[in-house]
Amino acid sequence: MTDLALSPPQARTPPLRWINAYRRFVTIYLPLACFVIVLLFPFYWMTVTMLKPNEELYNYKDYNPFLVHSPTLQNVWKLFFETDYPHWLVNTMEIAVAATVLSVAASVLAAYAIQRLRFRGAQWVGLAIYLAYLVPPSILFIPLATIVVKLGLFDSPLALILTYPTFLAPFCTWLLIGYFKSIPFELEECAMIDGATRLQILRKITLPLAVPGLISAGIFAFTLSWNEFIYALAFIQSSENKTVPVAVLTQLVQGDDYQWGALMAGALFGSVPVALFYSFFVDYYVSSLTGAVKE
Amino acid sequence: MVSLAATPEPMVRRDNWLTRLFDWKPFLVAVCLAPTVGLLIVFLAYPLGLGFWLAFTDAKIGRAGQYIGLDNFVSLSRDPIFWLSVGNTLLYTAVATIGKFLLGLWLALLLNERLPFKSLIRAVVLVPWIVPTVLSAMAFWWIYDPQFSIISYLFKDVLHWRTTNIDFLGTPWAARFSLIAANIWRGIPFVAICLLAGLQTISPSLYEAAMLDGATGWQRFRHVTVPMLMPVLAVVLTFSVIFTFSDFQLVYAITRGGPVNTTHLMATLAFQRGIPGGQLGEGAAIAVAMIPFLVAATLVSYFGLARRKWQQGESND
Repeated sequence: MTDLALSPPQARTPPLRWINAYRRFVTIYLPLACFVIVLLFPFYWMTVTMLKPNEELYNYKDYNPFLVHSPTLQNVWKLFFETDYPHWLVNTMEIAVAATVLSVAASVLAAYAIQRLRFRGAQWVGLAIYLAYLVPPSILFIPLATIVVKLGLFDSPLALILTYPTFLAPFCTWLLIGYFKSIPFELEECAMIDGATRLQILRKITLPLAVPGLISAGIFAFTLSWNEFIYALAFIQSSENKTVPVAVLTQLVQGDDYQWGALMAGALFGSVPVALFYSFFVDYYVSSLTGAVKE
Repeated sequence: MVSLAATPEPMVRRDNWLTRLFDWKPFLVAVCLAPTVGLLIVFLAYPLGLGFWLAFTDAKIGRAGQYIGLDNFVSLSRDPIFWLSVGNTLLYTAVATIGKFLLGLWLALLLNERLPFKSLIRAVVLVPWIVPTVLSAMAFWWIYDPQFSIISYLFKDVLHWRTTNIDFLGTPWAARFSLIAANIWRGIPFVAICLLAGLQTISPSLYEAAMLDGATGWQRFRHVTVPMLMPVLAVVLTFSVIFTFSDFQLVYAITRGGPVNTTHLMATLAFQRGIPGGQLGEGAAIAVAMIPFLVAATLVSYFGLARRKWQQGESND
């Protein structure tokens, strides 16, 4: 009995390892591969569609639809030189950058006041700003549209630059409050003992230390404003002022004759700036996303 | 203030005066909070209140409305399309949230294993969540094409499971589930990455202790992972429920509420009635009707799950 129990494990080691590797493959790698394929397939499909000439795009009998047989840039050319697409890209970029700068600047000050100046009721202001983030744009756009019209901002980029901070600033403030918490208060106390004013402390000590937090707030604000749709749809009417997400859907889709190649090119190129931006800062992005949730 | 700063006074004295003002805490607090609070009051709190008011008027585009009491709500309560949109929204939120969380949790557990190229996989997986929803929705629109759908091709010509194309968006039920699938696709990365962060905070010693006590894999998951994940889960669930419930982009991009108004969510119906339809009052009433659901969903998902936190005696931060 004893030697039976001792010797077989050694004899069985290679198959057991194989079984383990096999089990690991089936329970981990296979499902993970499925997830990655499903999550990325739409992007692959957009790319493939973009690169196909029309006769190939609508002919699944003679060409395998998963592959491109005779790639062409005809669709991209059409998008960039026969539509206002470059103009929409510039619009979106301007609006996103302006809204981002505005909201990050406003929320740095707010976060500093709430987290560092420690006035009475700071907690409640923080909570109110957090709750503001939970108000979805889809219940606000109708009254906001009337306000935008009344202020004479309808159909102007300024309407979007001023309204985007309503969902950007609460998020950034919340993120930066969390970030300021991680900066030791003693540093500020030291500076105060040395006779620095509060503004000097903010400018010379807290802000430089908070740069990573500012970067993540900026990334979030930029991607959120790049992706915004409902306000841009409701407040902008003329084609030349539209942002990419709205313009692709409303200007490129005309009638029932969808130019799928050009449409997919438009969708793909509209995603490229955020994807690039994101890939540079992916670690900031992931850590602040998860950090904000854990708060 | 501006005129004071502009007057050419001796540098030192002006600095002193201004510096002292900015060093005075109540003033500094007010200055720091002013931009954010101002923006939020003008463009968030005021519209929210105005929305309530508009819901009780017959405002149209270009015409201020008269107070008409509950007329908007009465006419909506007799409107089958409105009730269909409420039903759709509830179905959409419930099924999509469950799908997102089951698949997202699974993906998070997979990513929590020891893997090669883990950070690359994690970065790649998040891509569906960062690209503009409308643009990925257009990819789904094309994937759901009645004639040239790649999924139909796969089932029909590659696997030979079907003989006809799948009509993804042509019938109400197929369209609803197609939309839900697209929403789940977009939501999985966010849920997975957040839950992964939650998983990584669980101390391995808890699993070791459970293993020493002879817990099986399922028991470890059920009695260690799930309870430890609850606080993160509560927050992510609250966010997910709110933003799925008020979703607009996917439906607007893929079906525009069609076929024949059967896939409208409350948000898209509010838009259709309010902006292109011009009935601002009615649109605002639909938006206001979303608020009780949103509040209820938030309270249930947050307090229902966060309760554990204070039961465990942690500080309530």
